[in-house]
Amino acid sequence: MYSDKVFDHFAHPRNMGEIENADGVGTVGNQKCGDIMKIYLKVDENEVITDVKFKTFGCGAAVATSSMATELVKGKSIKEALALTNTAVVEALDGLPPAKLHCSVLAEEAIKSALADYYTRRGIDPTPIIGCSGNCSCCGHDHDPAHEHIHNEEK
Amino acid sequence: MNKFVYADNAATTKIHPLVVEAMIPVLSDTYGNPSSIYGIGRHAKTFLDNARNIIASAINANPDEIIFNSGGTEGDNAVIRGIAKANAHKGKHIISTKIEHHAILHTLDVLKKDGFEITLLDVDSEGFVTAKALEQAIRPDTILVSVMTANNEIGSIQPIAELGAICRLHKIPFHTDCVQAVGHIPIDVAAMNIDLLSLSAHKFGGPKGVGALYVRRGIRVPSYLTGGGQERSRRSGTENTAGIVGMAKALEIAVDELESERTRLSKMRDRLIDGLLKIPYSRLTGSRDNRLPGNASFCFEAIEGESLVLMLDMFGIAASSGSACSSGSLDPSHVLMAIGLPHEIAHGSLRLSLGRDNTEEDIDYILETMPTVVDRLREMSPVWEDMNRKDANNV
Repeated sequence: MYSDKVFDHFAHPRNMGEIENADGVGTVGNQKCGDIMKIYLKVDENEVITDVKFKTFGCGAAVATSSMATELVKGKSIKEALALTNTAVVEALDGLPPAKLHCSVLAEEAIKSALADYYTRRGIDPTPIIGCSGNCSCCGHDHDPAHEHIHNEEK
Repeated sequence: MNKFVYADNAATTKIHPLVVEAMIPVLSDTYGNPSSIYGIGRHAKTFLDNARNIIASAINANPDEIIFNSGGTEGDNAVIRGIAKANAHKGKHIISTKIEHHAILHTLDVLKKDGFEITLLDVDSEGFVTAKALEQAIRPDTILVSVMTANNEIGSIQPIAELGAICRLHKIPFHTDCVQAVGHIPIDVAAMNIDLLSLSAHKFGGPKGVGALYVRRGIRVPSYLTGGGQERSRRSGTENTAGIVGMAKALEIAVDELESERTRLSKMRDRLIDGLLKIPYSRLTGSRDNRLPGNASFCFEAIEGESLVLMLDMFGIAASSGSACSSGSLDPSHVLMAIGLPHEIAHGSLRLSLGRDNTEEDIDYILETMPTVVDRLREMSPVWEDMNRKDANNV
């Protein structure tokens, strides 16, 4: 079901934890859906993400995608982090079962949500920079077909 | 040393060594088609007849009331679809429960499309159906009642005899999906007023892919697999002789040792429950009484079930969960929803189910390992972080 990389990230998650005095914090998902991801960011004056931590309530894929997402943005500029897609996360993990693709979407959103918070704290409106990175009543608000497919099934 | 504890006997069981022994001669030597008229065929038929007698006697039925099939799902499908079809002219109302296995529920869904009306009885917070609820649901056009004997997720054992008696009074056929119960608690179709019963070998130490359906004399389940006329034309297809022999042997052993196993497993289960409930923010699902002897199911707050199962696997423990992630849908188990658990709690479910090969050392190991696993997952959980923050603020 899961690739070796997914099992590895599950067994040895990277960057798990909290950051006190973080520059941006984002939480997506909700307990009703069974998936919640929280990202903490530390950003320096050059807009480089110097530290990133995650916390996740969710399945093996949820843990692995959030762990991988933190690896992919750590040390990168905000601009590079904004370009992170759920597809990149899935590829980095050597793939995910179709039913778990929505976890990767949530991971992408969690990063974006933390970045949005970073801007908001500085009095900058994040929407033109990030696009919709809010958190709807279920697993994140987004236009990804993989994610919508799951929602339609739920109905 | 790689410790391995198999605690998922409700999913399937290891085949008993004596069962393997009983099956090998059938696989290797007595390979004749039981319908053939020459020696090796007749020999195979004798095996079938013996197996039929053993299965019948294990549930206090008559041999001619036993139909061999591929397992519980087939039995459930045969009853639901067959009784519905055969009685549609009398009525189109069927009563079952909210906590049935999907083999019943999804089959009932199909019938809905054909205009059948389905009433699914509610269960209380411990997973029990009441006779009163059944009585109230019965209508003049009710043609079938199906209530599982024991639930696979939370182990609740229903008051089958009482429910059966009500059905008998109203002359409505009463079916029970007995898959989790046969071989583990005493089953007597006469005393329990059961008209139809599904059972499956791989839940009591037998091989997978074989089971039996009990149909009381006088009840008609139309033939649903037509062909060569086996099983008195009720279910055609060359018999899985080795599987059937294995099933009979497994049931014979299970019934023989039922009381001692029941005692042994209940004690271990209770020790497991007592120990795991010491973990903060944990709860038992189902009740402490009227529970399958090997079944212990829980919910742990702030963590998710699939990740719990995966981490236990890293420690060599095999268990299962009713969480959404592990079921492939977005809703957690319908059973946990039916007993009134909120989604957030239901996502953190864990089922441990003990069997013949589990030992006290296994229980020790689970009790030692679980707190570590729960702590690790809670450490990773934003929900746990919030809970602790609230607690800290309330001090």
